[in-house]
Amino acid sequence: MKKYLPLAALVLALLYVGSTLRPARNPGAIDVNGFGRIPVLVNGRLKPLDTVARSSLLQLQGRQSVRTPDDRRLQPIEWLLDVTCRSEVADTYQHFEITHPDVLAIFDLKAQDGQGEKRFSLKQLLPRLGELQRQARLADQVESAVRNAFQRAVLQLYGNLIHYQRLRHAFVSPDRPDFLGDLLKLQESVKAGVEAVRAKQAGQPHDEAAAKALTEIGERFVVMNDSTHFLVVPPDADTKDPVGWRTAGAALLDTLRTGSVNPGALAYAGLAHAWRGQKAEEFNKIVSLFRADLEKRFAPALRKGDTEVRFNSAQPFYTSTVLYALAFFLAVFSWLAWPQELGRSAFRVLAIAWVVASLGIGTRMWLEGRPPVTNLYSSALFVGWGAVGLCLLLESIYRNSIASVAAGVIGFLTLIIAHHLSLTGDTMEMMRAVLDSNFWLATHVVVITAGYSATFLAGFLAIIYIVRGVFTRSLDSATADSLHRMVYGIVCFATLFNFVGTILGGIWADQSWGRFWGWDPKENGALIIVLWNAIMLHARWGGMVRQRGFMVLAVGGNIVTGWSWFGTNMLGVGLHSYGFTDAAFVALATFVTSQVALIAIGNLPLDRWRSSGLRGAKS
Amino acid sequence: MKSPVRQLRDFFVSLRLTVVLLVLGMILVFVATLDQVNLGIWAVQEKYFRSFFVVGRLPGLDVFVPFFPGGYLIGGLLLINLIASHFFRFKFTWNKAGIQLTHAGLIFLLLGELFTGLYQDDFSMRLTQGEPRNYSESYRENELAIIDTTDAAFDDVVAIPESVVARKAALQHPKLPFRIVPKEYYPNSGLRSREGDKAAASAGGGPRATQGIGLNVDLLPQAVTYKHDERNVPGALVELVGSDGPIGTWVVSSDPRMPPQRFQYAGRSYTIGLRFTRHYKPFTLTLLKFSHDRYAGTEIPKNFSSRIRLNTPDGRDDREVLIYMNNPMRYSGLTFYQASFEPGNDKVTILQVVRNPSWLVPYIACSIMTLGLIWQFAIHLTGFIARRRAAPEPRPA
Repeated sequence: MKKYLPLAALVLALLYVGSTLRPARNPGAIDVNGFGRIPVLVNGRLKPLDTVARSSLLQLQGRQSVRTPDDRRLQPIEWLLDVTCRSEVADTYQHFEITHPDVLAIFDLKAQDGQGEKRFSLKQLLPRLGELQRQARLADQVESAVRNAFQRAVLQLYGNLIHYQRLRHAFVSPDRPDFLGDLLKLQESVKAGVEAVRAKQAGQPHDEAAAKALTEIGERFVVMNDSTHFLVVPPDADTKDPVGWRTAGAALLDTLRTGSVNPGALAYAGLAHAWRGQKAEEFNKIVSLFRADLEKRFAPALRKGDTEVRFNSAQPFYTSTVLYALAFFLAVFSWLAWPQELGRSAFRVLAIAWVVASLGIGTRMWLEGRPPVTNLYSSALFVGWGAVGLCLLLESIYRNSIASVAAGVIGFLTLIIAHHLSLTGDTMEMMRAVLDSNFWLATHVVVITAGYSATFLAGFLAIIYIVRGVFTRSLDSATADSLHRMVYGIVCFATLFNFVGTILGGIWADQSWGRFWGWDPKENGALIIVLWNAIMLHARWGGMVRQRGFMVLAVGGNIVTGWSWFGTNMLGVGLHSYGFTDAAFVALATFVTSQVALIAIGNLPLDRWRSSGLRGAKS
Repeated sequence: MKSPVRQLRDFFVSLRLTVVLLVLGMILVFVATLDQVNLGIWAVQEKYFRSFFVVGRLPGLDVFVPFFPGGYLIGGLLLINLIASHFFRFKFTWNKAGIQLTHAGLIFLLLGELFTGLYQDDFSMRLTQGEPRNYSESYRENELAIIDTTDAAFDDVVAIPESVVARKAALQHPKLPFRIVPKEYYPNSGLRSREGDKAAASAGGGPRATQGIGLNVDLLPQAVTYKHDERNVPGALVELVGSDGPIGTWVVSSDPRMPPQRFQYAGRSYTIGLRFTRHYKPFTLTLLKFSHDRYAGTEIPKNFSSRIRLNTPDGRDDREVLIYMNNPMRYSGLTFYQASFEPGNDKVTILQVVRNPSWLVPYIACSIMTLGLIWQFAIHLTGFIARRRAAPEPRPA
């Protein structure tokens, strides 16, 4: 029976992957998925509304699912429809995450008032919004590097509220229950209204009511335009200019000039009307007409958008995370029983997880038209991908499940890190001027990230060595030797990649800033990794460390790499500094502490190690 | 018993020294990175890397003591260690050729970084559309410029370095018919209106300006900044004394809002002003067009570029150049990079001008090292694969 285990693992993993690839089904008769595929221009990128919904939710509350007060589960796109089209309902949804107790105190709220003890609705926050605004103004004056946790939390919540406000004004004027009716009325009266306003300005007799009505609705459009940055209305039919996308408010303001309501803005008002009344037929009709119109001009962008929506709903990195965890357990148990069968099962599950992650990374590359690493988020994906790739190679050579265990851990951890990094919004962001160079992104960034992968991998293999040696009897001298060979090989690989990557970075810096080396924190971080690798190799060649010492040094490589990858960004200085949260700092500190502990454990006298294989000959 | 010379040699070629130096270097780089938060990138380089020892002040005392080897010491010892190893320890074999090549490249890299530290200089060049300019300005150094503008055809410039002004000692320049007496000097200062501050004026007993803009504004001393995006704006109070007594006292400041101030003396016209130290070039650059592309519907910069006309007085060079991100112009031993812009003013571009005679060294060094590493890695890999082929199938653990 157990000989079928690897096959069963393979089939189950494939079935699981297959199940995630099914296209999403509409929850009701309304074609919300078709709506989710409509592209809008946000932050310089044409992206489907589905992405807007998901990245907004991640930003506001760190997860994509929403539970309404009447206990319904909403898909992200349904949530977006509620926020944009019937905001009076969405205002009661608890989707603002607040964890800092002092921020809750601003609103006179307690954790128990929130959903899951941390999520709150706009309705709950509304009474004390003025005070939050005042606190945000105070915090804003403080330089970002020296803000304390409270100030950061205030600014984050304030930013989230602004984001929500932008969503509310994206399609319609949020406080008009029948905005479509307003627009249709405007369509009929706009000519008379404009004349009346002109006459009024010239001081001639005019229809006061018509002038007043027009001014009122015009002001509404101005507010809509000023309150959002979602460019949802495509450019007019005679232009293909990507800059021509406008906010609904701006497009509607044009009505006063052209005398007819912009069809794109009208379509959104119609969608809002249909969604409010839950009229499936009307909604679906507008979606298909709107899409047919876009199809004529933006066909390639629509193809990409459709793929992106499939990518969003498949969540390949989530699938990989689950499979990596599964592979880890299979591989660990293979050390206890059925080494052949469980080891092979682990390897297969691992391979599938890796392929899924590869497809995910590949899809992102195609969508962005960029090399794999463009920001911290994608670097986390790539570090994991590279390390697991190396592990697959090692495992196919050594077949002792050690590399599979390391792969499971690193793959799982890096994807968890990536998930936390994705909480700041859309992860496919546009590249700022100096970074807008596919050549350097493809060389320097990819090589250095591969170097991080290898250094982490060496460190995790060394952890396996120490943990198995100290806490179990399973580290016989053959296993120890093979681990040592693996770590040595990987460290050589890491040295090469870290060094070449750092050098390429220097050349890029020389090309863009006129100096090969500027002692910027991130550059120094890379240098420290190179130095650490060099120390390890020289200490080994000089006989200063042997097998165990080399392993302990390899664990130190984890600290050095962790520092270079994230720690340098937390300093808040230099060219590579990005905003950072306390959670990230705590996570890094915890990681470093754990590694220091492992180094200490690795230095325990050999007679305290439960594996006796190392005693005597080698130390 | 080894002879002392041999012991010394053994010390310098030892791998142990290498490892110790690498560890010290790593600590140095790490601490320097942390200290950037306090000191800024420029001061950190001076304190940690371009020094033999890192000095620190004993707490509570005004005594400075070296407490850690600096970049020059560690780098220098590493260099000696490397070169000595090449002579006495390395024996050439094809198997080790990669390692030796890598280390030879490393020698170049260290030397290159030393030369860069010694000779690299960077300046900024602010170009306004249509206005030719033939000088760049220093980022950190300033000069007191007194210019004889009597002859309309040319200016006769006397430039006195900031460091001389800072000494606050009187000085005489052969070209000038008066002495210069710096009265006050602040390494960083702001300007404030003199009227709005009557109370302070009556209370403070220091010297005051008697001429020029200083009648209306005062200097406000400020703490020296080390931030990478801020510049120190020095200010000074300078008295000029002619043969028959003082001519007047001026407030001068490097603040760009403070233009040179005119005055007359002995029938000649002069201007006086503090400015970022200028470096004149044997050619002229004129900004034709500055472009600042943004992503649609955002303020995220996509690209900056400056179309520039380059010409020399002798007419040998007269052409247009496009400088943009990751694409600098190299000319006459200088490199011009698109560095910055003035928000809201698309008629101005700010270029960074770097003189680094050894800019090619890192490229050469890196090529050698990369070659060496690839060589070594390839040998290891082929050896490993050959061994795996020869070895029997491993038994699972």
